[in-house]
Amino acid sequence: MKVSFTVNGEPVSVDVPPEMPLLWVLRDVLELKGTKFGCGIAQCGACTVHLNGNATRSCVLPVSQAEGAEVRTVEGLSPDGTHALQQAWKELDVPQCGYCQAGQLMSAAALLERNGSPTDQEIDAAMNGNICRCATYLRIKQGIRAAAGLPATEDGSMEGSAGGAAHPTPSS
Amino acid sequence: MKTTVSRRQFLRVSALAGGGMLIATHLDAFGIAGSLGEGAPAEETLNAFIRITPDGVVTIMAKNPEIGQGVKTMLPMLIAEELDVDWTDVRVEQASFDPDKYDGQFAGGSNATPQAWLPMRRVGAATRTMLVAAAAQEWDVPAADCETEAGVVRHRGSGRSAGYGELATRAAAMPAPDLDAVPLKDPAEFRIIGSRIPGVDNHAIVTGEPLFGIDFTLPGMQWAVFQKCPVFGGKVRDANLDHVRGLPGVTHAFVVEGGDSLNGLLDGVAVVGESWWATNRARRELEVTWDEGPTASQSSEGFAHQAAELFEGPAGFSVRSDGAADDALAGAAQVVEAEYDYPFLSHATLEPQNCTAHYRNGRLEIWAPTQTPQSGRGLVARTLGLEPEEITIHLQRIGGGFGRRLANDYMVEAARIAMEVEGPVKLLWTREDDMRHDFYRPAGFHRLSGGVDDQGRLVAWKNHFVSFGEDESFASSAGVSANEFPARFVPDFELGASLIPFGIPTGALRAPGSNGLAFVYQSFIDELAHAAGRDPVDFRLELLSREVEGQGLDPERMRGVLELAAEVSGWHTRRGQLPRGTGMGVAFHFSHRGYFAEVVQASVSPEGDLTVDRVWAAGDVGGQIINESNAEHQTQGAVLEGISQALGQEITIEDGRAAQGNFNVYPLLRHAQAAPVEVHFLRSDNPPTGLGEPPLPPAIPALTNAIFDATGHRVRSLPINKHDLSWS
Ligand code: FES
Ligand code: FES
Repeated sequence: MKVSFTVNGEPVSVDVPPEMPLLWVLRDVLELKGTKFGCGIAQCGACTVHLNGNATRSCVLPVSQAEGAEVRTVEGLSPDGTHALQQAWKELDVPQCGYCQAGQLMSAAALLERNGSPTDQEIDAAMNGNICRCATYLRIKQGIRAAAGLPATEDGSMEGSAGGAAHPTPSS
Repeated sequence: MKTTVSRRQFLRVSALAGGGMLIATHLDAFGIAGSLGEGAPAEETLNAFIRITPDGVVTIMAKNPEIGQGVKTMLPMLIAEELDVDWTDVRVEQASFDPDKYDGQFAGGSNATPQAWLPMRRVGAATRTMLVAAAAQEWDVPAADCETEAGVVRHRGSGRSAGYGELATRAAAMPAPDLDAVPLKDPAEFRIIGSRIPGVDNHAIVTGEPLFGIDFTLPGMQWAVFQKCPVFGGKVRDANLDHVRGLPGVTHAFVVEGGDSLNGLLDGVAVVGESWWATNRARRELEVTWDEGPTASQSSEGFAHQAAELFEGPAGFSVRSDGAADDALAGAAQVVEAEYDYPFLSHATLEPQNCTAHYRNGRLEIWAPTQTPQSGRGLVARTLGLEPEEITIHLQRIGGGFGRRLANDYMVEAARIAMEVEGPVKLLWTREDDMRHDFYRPAGFHRLSGGVDDQGRLVAWKNHFVSFGEDESFASSAGVSANEFPARFVPDFELGASLIPFGIPTGALRAPGSNGLAFVYQSFIDELAHAAGRDPVDFRLELLSREVEGQGLDPERMRGVLELAAEVSGWHTRRGQLPRGTGMGVAFHFSHRGYFAEVVQASVSPEGDLTVDRVWAAGDVGGQIINESNAEHQTQGAVLEGISQALGQEITIEDGRAAQGNFNVYPLLRHAQAAPVEVHFLRSDNPPTGLGEPPLPPAIPALTNAIFDATGHRVRSLPINKHDLSWS
């Protein structure tokens, strides 16, 4: 079956079984490897893309449902890695293994497009479907806050960032 | 006993064809250092450590597998520091596996820092020495009168200067210094080491460039799935291969005959096709009759019953015995007895296991996300009848390691499948394959008795550990060291073990052994402190103040981090002011050369809902933190992983197979559960050691001890979510 939609602004048309999930069309037909496979059952968020602006788990979305839609992937977040979230991710050194981060970025981008200055609770609610196995959650939150122009933490404390503080060796 | 020839590392320096220099190393028991002169062989170019081109760009090869521990950034930082270049002029490339040129291409055991700290710096320093020598020769001045800064050599007297790029070609002809004798920087002069350097792949990650094993493709590549018996090591009796071969997109379906070792290639059915999705869909129609074998009746419940029976008798064998624990217990002022257990765990790396392989002309080329390329190559060679030299392995960035990819089961499967099909093939597991065919963190069961004297000091300790293995040989990651704390610190001490033979593959999960033992021992120490009426920090400090002998943790370093954790968490002030239902717990643990003490604050609602409020982690991994950003982040990740394990992770074995297959039933920590983790390092006067693992173990007992402090509920069995924590 032929399905037509746009990916990052470019019109595409693919001839694949209609039930083939968008994830595998993106990765293996369109060769966009940024969107990741983690669970296949909408539990981890690694495959998150935007479908008409909404964060969507592409692993459970039959491609037929993308007909006519605007699909945006991590490759389309910016032409050169300069989206505010991408900048914050690089500067704050958010990734560890990095595997979940495309999905995290897409969920975060959808959140900020709806809500330019989210509370920590709103961040948690919007991001809770995105697992990070390396548990980079604290820096992801910091990154979202930085991209939104918010202070590093909600209560103004230094939480989680005391690593730079030096402590002298106890005298022995 | 194994004999090892100590291999020395030698520099091999050559000029690049278009100008510039190339610094490679070579490992040899008898090798000779020296210059190769013009025209390095092509493969040398691929495996060089440093390449300096006339434009001044310095390319550094990262030799170890990157699993998210930050080693691809950290090792080049060490070279760049001593080479004395600006980090912005450095490009980093991933090296392929090449045991002749690189030592220890391995990710595990928090080993990279202690193993690479001096050798990598020496490579950088030796190259700098040659660049200085080249400048001195060109200017006809003594090398001692020249200095370097940010990629430039300068002559002090005349002020003449030249960039490394300009000097590189000449430097290639300079004599290569002896790596063991080359002078290193005074740490006070470090500009890269000790700063915050973001990961070198961050840009590629946030822009979605293909980077991981799963992303790697080759022209004409086919895709494979591999169905194994859900009971570990079960054999294929029969399969409807003809039917599967006829399904859309499928090119091959065949039975793979495996061996009997759970660490090797296992029986299964391979399905190969044009797209992974179509191939995996075809697998739904695959029907296999299995011979499940003798372990099909095993279960977690059964193991727990066996443990309970074993606790009725004496331990099968002694691991350590000091003094007379039974007598000391009989004479103690107070005795506490308890049983603890923890479950099997899956690694659940977010990138499922995968591997690409291409067999042609008698040679195998492999692209693998593996932590252990060397043992992977050995396994493939042994299993498939190839010589190790006939196998090439390219390292791919790894979407989470945690010890899972110390095993190379996916590699040998991909290699085996590749030998049967034309052209390259990529094996990709589903999440369910991944969770049901792991090398699990082994479950463990402990019966403990402890005695305190009338001054509230721990004087007797007896531990019967029921674990898995054969005779007196522990299964992988199921053992305990005879020096594990509180051994050495308690005069009358007995540690015995009984082993249950089983058929479940087990292996190292981040901080192996420690991730279960710390929970048990640091919780039980808390029980004893409580029985003694002592503050949990003070009780531990008294233990750590005793005179001890032998191998194991250094009490002074552990006291240092425990005191620091107490201080930064406000243990002695804050704890007394918490509302009902909120508590603080403390724990420490020594593993992989690292010292960590942690305090958790947790709140439990009267209905029993648990919230982790905050964690304070204090660590001592030596005087020099190499990358401040990554050190803080690894600590936070390890602490939160410990909390994730404790909260809800459990693999249960039912009918010889893993019952859980995906994240809906194996819950990993999520955003809303991630408590702030404050990280503090105590910079003791010790060489730097690794950080991937040691912060994890104390997080679990610090949390369960906080739950006790908050509610009076003592969690003696993990995970926490199976307990009712409600209080009134
Ligand atoms: S792969 Fe889609 S949510 Fe996990
Ligand atoms: S960075 Fe590894 S899974 Fe998120």
